[in-house]
Amino acid sequence: MSAGAAIAAVDADGRPIAVSERGPASTWSMISFGFWLFLLSDIVIFSCLFATYSVLSKNTNGGPGGKDLFELGNVAWETAALLGSSFTCGLMLMSAEKKQKSNFFLWAIITWVLGAAFITLEVREFAQMVAEGHGPTHSAFLSAFFTLVGTHGCHVTTGLLWLLVMMAQVGTLGLRTMVVRRLFCFSLFWHALDLVWIGVFTVVYLGAFHG
Amino acid sequence: MADHGATEHSHEEILEIEDDGSTSLSSYLTGLGLAIILTLASFGAVLTHLVWGPGLPALLAVLAIAQMGVHLVFFLHVSATEEGENTVLALTFGIFVVALVVFGSMFIMSNLSAVMPSMEQLMRMQR
Repeated sequence: MSAGAAIAAVDADGRPIAVSERGPASTWSMISFGFWLFLLSDIVIFSCLFATYSVLSKNTNGGPGGKDLFELGNVAWETAALLGSSFTCGLMLMSAEKKQKSNFFLWAIITWVLGAAFITLEVREFAQMVAEGHGPTHSAFLSAFFTLVGTHGCHVTTGLLWLLVMMAQVGTLGLRTMVVRRLFCFSLFWHALDLVWIGVFTVVYLGAFHG
Repeated sequence: MADHGATEHSHEEILEIEDDGSTSLSSYLTGLGLAIILTLASFGAVLTHLVWGPGLPALLAVLAIAQMGVHLVFFLHVSATEEGENTVLALTFGIFVVALVVFGSMFIMSNLSAVMPSMEQLMRMQR
């Protein structure tokens, strides 16, 4: 995040100025840092859910474990959709920074569709598990599973709504600095969700299949 | 904020100058390529049974942490430059808290279940 890099790092005589002595930080630096702190606190929430899942993952109450319930093919498609949308989100931000409005909309729509595909796959998996009688009330393992993966799914859904709002803002306000800054925050949020998903597919899904 | 307009303007310039490759196509392509390789390696290790079973969790952990690193550097553009030092400092604290919560909980709970009498023993004690 070198968004504030344009603030002069040297004084009039070319001597370097310490960061703490360069005066107030730019709006861009403050917003990206503040949002970064929010993301870290969000990741701490996820770490609590991961810890809960790790502790409870063997407590199946006589019901099926992860190995019997999860389909790795489905998880692979979910992973591909989310990773792909993370990539197109980066391209979307690049287009926005270069003020290329039509490219922005192209990548934004692709990002949205891939994110929606991820959510569709996840909801289908959840619905199937509940329909087979393996809902969150069945065992401590399933409660922890639905809480962890469901919280991530809620975040992605929120991200999809946010992206819709951002597309509307670009449509009405154009790619002005304020809007690009919000898009930058959105891209941080979206990449962070993909980061959490790495933990989910490793700990929850792949973790259920070893041994 | 009397100079709000002026500040906005100077940031407009920053945005123009800022196109120095920090959010460049090559960075995203490198990140995507590495992420795909690491994801395929994780899934492959589980599906093919090529890796010695007891070593698998360690391999998965290494691959996941490596991929998180790839995402941080190439997608989230966390860098150890002077400007990014607050970001890195906050990230370090975040990692510390996450490790404390996850490994602390696992350690305490596994220790607890190791020293707790089993259900049958508890039932016997009740009688």
